[in-house]
This record gives sequence, C-alpha cells and structure tokens, in this order.
Amino acid sequence: MSRRESGDCGEVLASEMKPTNTNIPDYFHQVVDCQWACPAHTDVPDYIRKIAQGDFTGAYMQNRESNVFPGILGRVCDRPCEPACRRGRTNQNPVAICRLKRVAADHRDDISDQLPKIPKQKNGKKIALIGAGCASLAVANDLMPMGYECTIFEALAEPGGLMRSNIPSFRLPEAVLNEEIEYIVEMGVDLRLNHRVESMKALLGEGYDAIFVGSGAPKGKELQLPGREQGSANIHIGIDWLESVAFKHTKSIGKRVLIIGVGNTAMDCCRTSLRLGSEDVKVMARKPRDFFKASDWELEDAEEENVEIVVNHSPKSFVIEDGRLVGMKFEQVEYDIEYGRIVEQWTTGEVVIPCDDVILAIGQENAFPWIERDLGMEFDRWDVPTVDQTSFESTLPGVFFGGDSAFGPKNIIWAVEHGHQAAISIHRHCHGEDLADRLPVLMNLGSRKMGMHEWSFSNDFDPAARRKMEHVGLSDRFKDLVTEVELGFSADQVQKEVERCLNCDVQTVFFDSLCIECDACLDICPTQCLTITSNQEKEDLLAELKAPRRDPTQPMYVSEPLKQTARVMVKDENLCLHCSLCAERCPTAAWDMQKSMFKFPRAIDHNGSSPCQKTG
Amino acid sequence: MTYIAKPKIDLPGQRSNKLGLLRRDYEGVLSTLCAGCGHDSITAAIVEAFWELSIPPEKVIKLSGIGCSSKTPAYFLSGAHGFNSVHGRMPSVATGALAGNRDLICIGVSGDGDSLSIGFGQFGHAVRRNINMLYIIENNGVYGLTKGQFSASADKGSRAKKGEINQWKNIDSVSTAISMGGSFVARSFSGDRDQLVTLIKAGVMHPGCAVIDVVSPCVTFNNHPGSTKSYTYTRHHYHQASQTDFVPPASEITASYAAGESKVVELHDGSKLILKKADSGYNPTNRSGVLRYLEQQRTRGEVVTGLLFINALLPEMHRIYGTANTPMKDLDFDKLNPGGKALAKLQGLMR
Repeated sequence: MSRRESGDCGEVLASEMKPTNTNIPDYFHQVVDCQWACPAHTDVPDYIRKIAQGDFTGAYMQNRESNVFPGILGRVCDRPCEPACRRGRTNQNPVAICRLKRVAADHRDDISDQLPKIPKQKNGKKIALIGAGCASLAVANDLMPMGYECTIFEALAEPGGLMRSNIPSFRLPEAVLNEEIEYIVEMGVDLRLNHRVESMKALLGEGYDAIFVGSGAPKGKELQLPGREQGSANIHIGIDWLESVAFKHTKSIGKRVLIIGVGNTAMDCCRTSLRLGSEDVKVMARKPRDFFKASDWELEDAEEENVEIVVNHSPKSFVIEDGRLVGMKFEQVEYDIEYGRIVEQWTTGEVVIPCDDVILAIGQENAFPWIERDLGMEFDRWDVPTVDQTSFESTLPGVFFGGDSAFGPKNIIWAVEHGHQAAISIHRHCHGEDLADRLPVLMNLGSRKMGMHEWSFSNDFDPAARRKMEHVGLSDRFKDLVTEVELGFSADQVQKEVERCLNCDVQTVFFDSLCIECDACLDICPTQCLTITSNQEKEDLLAELKAPRRDPTQPMYVSEPLKQTARVMVKDENLCLHCSLCAERCPTAAWDMQKSMFKFPRAIDHNGSSPCQKTG
Repeated sequence: MTYIAKPKIDLPGQRSNKLGLLRRDYEGVLSTLCAGCGHDSITAAIVEAFWELSIPPEKVIKLSGIGCSSKTPAYFLSGAHGFNSVHGRMPSVATGALAGNRDLICIGVSGDGDSLSIGFGQFGHAVRRNINMLYIIENNGVYGLTKGQFSASADKGSRAKKGEINQWKNIDSVSTAISMGGSFVARSFSGDRDQLVTLIKAGVMHPGCAVIDVVSPCVTFNNHPGSTKSYTYTRHHYHQASQTDFVPPASEITASYAAGESKVVELHDGSKLILKKADSGYNPTNRSGVLRYLEQQRTRGEVVTGLLFINALLPEMHRIYGTANTPMKDLDFDKLNPGGKALAKLQGLMR
C-alpha cells in the first residue's frame, strides 16, 4: 500500500467509517456475550474463574449480587446466556454456565456473614409487595439493606411463587429453594402467608409509601373444545395442577396422560405425571419440532424419561363416554415450511388417542381481578396495566409491577432484573426524585498482563467438549417426587468445564498510536478476526475483512487512522477467542488484554450517602 | 515469540482451497522470532500465496541457510520437504535438489547476511544459472542474531541502534541480480502484504530464478530513527515502480486496464502477469533502462518496489543443460547409469 493510495492527505471522507468509541460501556459489555444476554447481567466469566480457583463462596456471592438466587437458577434458569456463549461459535456446545452456577452454590461455605447488613434504624418508608415470588423477593433483597420496611403478601401457605408451585422438586429441591428465600426473609421482611390481596383499593388505603405487584401470570390458558365440560374431572390446567401437586393436594394421575402443548410447563407436567404413577405419557404438539417453545435441554430430559412427543396433531375435541373422559380427538396436520416459516398447512386425517387424563399446558396469562379499574391505573387493550419499560411504574404513581405480572410470562432471571430496577424506582419515588434519572452503567478496564508471555487468566484454548451432566438412574428417579434428577458436576468435570470458558471479559484493547502496522497480530490470529485496511464506506470495508462478517449484530471495532499509513485496524468481535496471541505478538503493546468490569447500579447506589461502589 | 500454541479452531464457513486444504494446513510451527518481526509477515505472505495457488505442500522443497531469515522455513508449509544448509550455501543445495528432481517447487529463504555477505558468490551463481526457484531475501540491514551489527545491505549513512553510522556503500541485491543476468527480480516490503503475495505467486510460477528482496524491519535492532530499514522509514520512502496483478492460467482477465498503462507478460504455464500503473515510461523488460531507473531513484532515497525486471524467455538451468524432462529421481537405473560402453563413447566424443 503506497502512501498515495492510502490517502495520507489527512481529510476524512464523509462516507468513511467513524472510529469506534469503546468508552461507552455497551461496546465491551456486548463482547461478553453471556453477560450481555443475561437480563441481570451476571458476570459469568468472573464467577467461572472464581470456581476455577476453588473460590466457590466468592463465585456464589458474585452471582448473588446480580441474580439473587444462584442455587435456584443454577438448576432451573432458562439460560439465555448459553445460546449466546462464544464457545457456540466454534462448532462446539456452549459452556455449561448454568450448571457451573450450581457448582458454586453447592460447594459454598456459610455466607450468612457476607449478606448485606440490615440497619436497625429504619428509614421510615413502608413498602407493600404482592406475591412472594422471585420479583418481590428481589425487590426486598435490594430495599431491606437500605432501611426500608417491606411487607410481602402471599396467597399461598409458603413463599416462592412459581418457583415452588410450578417447578417440580425433582428439578429444584425444596431445601435449596427455602435457603435462598430465607436469606431475604431473614433480613426482617414482614412475610404474611395465606394472605391473598383482594383489593388494590383497600391496599392503597393502608398508607404504604409504594406498592410492588409481583403476583406473576397465574392464569393458565383454557382450551374450549367439545367435551371440555363433561370431562372436566380429568382435564387439568397445567400450572394449577403443578401447584396442586407441589402442595400435595394431588397425589396421583391416570395411567395414560396426554399433555397438550410443548412449552417448559408441558415438560414439567409430563415428568411429574410419570412420578405420580402414569405409565404412558404423550406430549401432543400441533407443529413440528423446530417450533417447540420448550428449551432443548428440557425436551431432552423429558425424552430421556421415555416421554413420547407427538408432532403435527392439532386438538379437535375431548372424547367422552359415559360422562367420562376416554380420549382426545386430533386432526393430523402437515405443513409446508420455507425458511423456518409455515407457509401452508393442511389436514390429512383425524385420530383418537385414548387417555385417562389430559393436562393443558398451552400458556399462561396475567389476570388482575383484584385491581379495581377506577383507581386511575391505565389498562391496555389486553386488559393488563400499562407499565413503563424502564421504571416499572404503572400509570398510578407509586404502584410498580415486575416479573410476569409486568409484561407477561418470561422467566425467573427476568423477574429478578425487574426487581432490581423496580427497587431503584421505588427508592427514587419514596424520596420524591425523578424515576427516569438513573445512574449509568460504569465500566473499568484493567490490564491482565503479568509478564512477557503471562496473563493473569487462562488464555490457552482448550478444545474439550462440554461435560455431560450425570443423572440419577431411570429406575430410581420415579420412586418419589423429590429425588433430584441431576447429580451435579464432579470435581473432574468442573475442572474441565471451567477451562472451556473463553474469558470474553478480558478484552482486546487497541491503542492506535502505538501500532507500527507490522501485521504480526493479523498473522497470528487463529480466527482472522483482524484486518488492517484503508478506511472506506462500511460495505466496502466489510468486503476487505480477512474473514467474512457472519453476524452483523456483533460489535465491530474500527480504530482511529493508524500513524504510518492512515489505514485503520478493524476487528470483528464475533470471531475473537480472547486467546491474547495478538497482544503477545505485538512488539509495541498496541494490543493489550484488559479485563472489563461493569458496575450495574442498584437501589443502594442511588442513595445519596453511599457513592456508587465498584465491584469485581 | 509466544508460549501457547496457535489454537486449531474450526469455525463455521472456513474457506478451503482447490485441494480442500485450509490456510492453516500451509502453516508451520509457531515462530520463535521477536514479536513484530518482518520475517513473520513474509512467512504469512508465503502461506497465503501457496494456499491460494493450491500447491500441494508435498510438492515443495523449502531451503535456507543461517540467520533469523533462515529459521522461517520451519514456520510455513510443515508438509513440505526442507533443508537447512550451511551459512550462505542454500543455493548449492537448491541446485542439487532441483538437479535431482526438477518437478519440485523450490523456495529458498535467505537473508541479507546469508546472501550478500557469506553467500554472495552462491547468490550470484544461482541467479546466473537461472535455477528454477523462488529466492526470497529477507532484508533487514542488520545481523539480528548477533545483536544488530550492520550487514552488507545497510545503507551508507544509516544509524545503528547504539548510534554508530554505517561507513560502507550497501550491496543492492536487486541491481546485483539484474546485472548477473537474472530473469525475475523484484523488491517488496513485509508491510505490504497484497504486493508481496502477488509477487510470491508470480515468482513461484516464473520458470527460472525469481529473486524477491523483501525489506523486513528488525523490530529489535533496526526499527529506530536513523535506520533506513525501519517500518516508518520504509513507509515514508516507499515507491512502487509498477503494480502487478497475477492472473492464474485459464482464468479470464476481468479487470479493465487502461491502454498504454499496462503490460502483459505471459508465463510458460499460461498464467499472466499484468504490470500496471507503472511510472511513465518504466519498462521492466528493458534491462539497461531498469538499471538506470534504479540508480536514479536510489539517489532520491526512494525504496523502489514492485516487479522491477522480468525476462520470462530466459532459459532455466535444465533447459541450458538439456537434461531429460523426467526428473532424475524417476529415471531407471540403466538410464542413469548406461554402463561402460556408453561412457567410453562419450569420452570418445571429447578426444
């Protein structure tokens, strides 16, 4: 490249790409794909490193800081982090992030002295929280250390919400659930069990400074087909049935069970049925497998237990004989699918599948019969309250929503993040401050260089495959409802699995003024994610990349013009393995490996007297 | 240098060449040269050129002498044959290897010390005999392995890292090769990957001795102000005499070239070299003109790069000797050794 060609004239053409501003925390945060994908932004690579060092307690506390329920989530999280994991882009399965979280929880020491101290002197603000599920508990977890007085109203006899009523104990043992709920309740929460809130109007009159609604999405969807009424004794709504099993009201089910729907609730229903005595469980799906809502791993676990998943069967009617449910009629459907979308469908026939019980697991929705509609709270066209996406406040000032009751069914980790955000809003509301005026996310970068070829993280790429979770044998697991199926990782498995983490939080940071354009980094990069080229229009620049850009949603770095030729360094973050070879090969330290640490402000950071503290 | 090995990683959508090989199949062991060494860039350019040309690694022999440059054949084409010879004697080994097996694709990597000091004579004769090889001189102007003394290619007046000024006129490998009767002489820069890869491809396909002198900064001993072989100096005095495009055999020339500005040179296998954007009047086939031009640019302090001289019709060693088309290694024993009678007949001819 001659100087003339590379444009050393100094003028920047309007169409050239602008240098990337890596001072905005979002840039490097997005590189940590797992942390970016986690609604609560759990610092995954850092806690995995702590596990690698045997610091299970530290790893647990790091988790707790973000997701509040590490032991619970280490078993039942929906794991948005894992599909995002960078490992998945190397023709491998993602790191077992979720199950490593369980490792931290299982092997931690007593952490009670590390929990936040609760001030004896309260701040005089009283908060009512409706529903003792993950959202309300997360709010209480954030507000109690600040001196708030929190009262949680729970309709059922035990706290936990759907974590207790809908998640079977063979997936989430009661002891784990109780322990992590107790950490919060023990902070001094006024927990009122068997106390169903029947009227928002009445509650508003009780003088609370703020009300948080975390009552979930408690209404299972109904399937109104012929025969529904007559067969009602043997037709169950999935989430209600699971709750009834959890509270030991239901102790048996028929031999042949049909589950309608293939979401994660359906998976819990079919596996629970097997433990209550049924021998033939079929999950009936209307569409082909690619359209299933259940997570892959939950499907696998169900199929391991010999649950049959029947595709392309659309429910038509309940078959009743002598006033009793004896089967269900389905239409057999075929689909024409193009590019993952159904373009046409037609019926090929009908079939009756005999059964003793049917469980409907086709979704759930919000229901607020207990909120009067004349309170000035705006309800949208689906008859759910309008809730602000950032502050979680309804249109009635001082009333906040979170978890499934805010924006419909999601999962635990979302509810926890809603709780964190709602806690900030509640704090600002109680002090008469603008809810929109929230602290920004902070970022800190620190070099991980220890010596010429030494980094304070494990940078060598380990091609090991994902460790397989061992399960209790099939013969043992159906004996009762509470035998936990997953055994947890062994020490050997942990050791291998932690090394699979690519340490995406140790960032490749580029200093353009130091670069001498020797190409050493480009040549050593095992994925060819670096390119030095003349700056040009985005499309032309993309065409110059050494490895084609496969995912346009991933961040791409463009440097300032380099000193010698005014070309730019371009990095496609999508492909980087964070192996640090670029930084090792760089003769001038223009590349450095720096750990990014993000601080996500919590309610307590918004306290005037306690400045935002860095962690990590 | 680096302690961890470069991960062998399978990424979705990796490109492979016509032989189904990945770029990494043309790499060698991890380099132990200093981080940022120009030689590593040249290694990478060799990898890229051979991968893009889809040359089977086992058809290649890589040779070198002694020096930093001569370590590099270990860093590319681990599937190729190789010989690491005595200091400055790489051309002799190349001559022998090609005499025995003329079908080998031969790449010799040498340095300014290896070729312009101790091996100067060998270099001259390899060029003169027009051995069918790619002869790369990784030129950094210093003896890097012995802590940075001036080499024979260091420019007069340039400054060493510790401050002393070079008093000796440099030996210019390019004008030397041209005056020795070279058939393909080029200069490039380790920091100009595009040009270097094209020149390597052209050099590999050229039927004869293709000399490419590559300015390759020594980051440890010769990359300071006052050096004339540093990244900064080379980039500031960089001058392309002409730009070359390499068009493989049986492919169409797709780019358009303005008439009068480009010159096409066809090689024996049908591949074409298109020289374009040449300085006005620059003609790389006119030997005396090229030498005059080089001298003129030298006085201006320019580092002239590109394919500087080419004569694709000059016969290479085997043609001059009239040897058999079959590689000697494949000839039957009685052909190689026709016996006493044949010898006597031959001797009779010489009486």
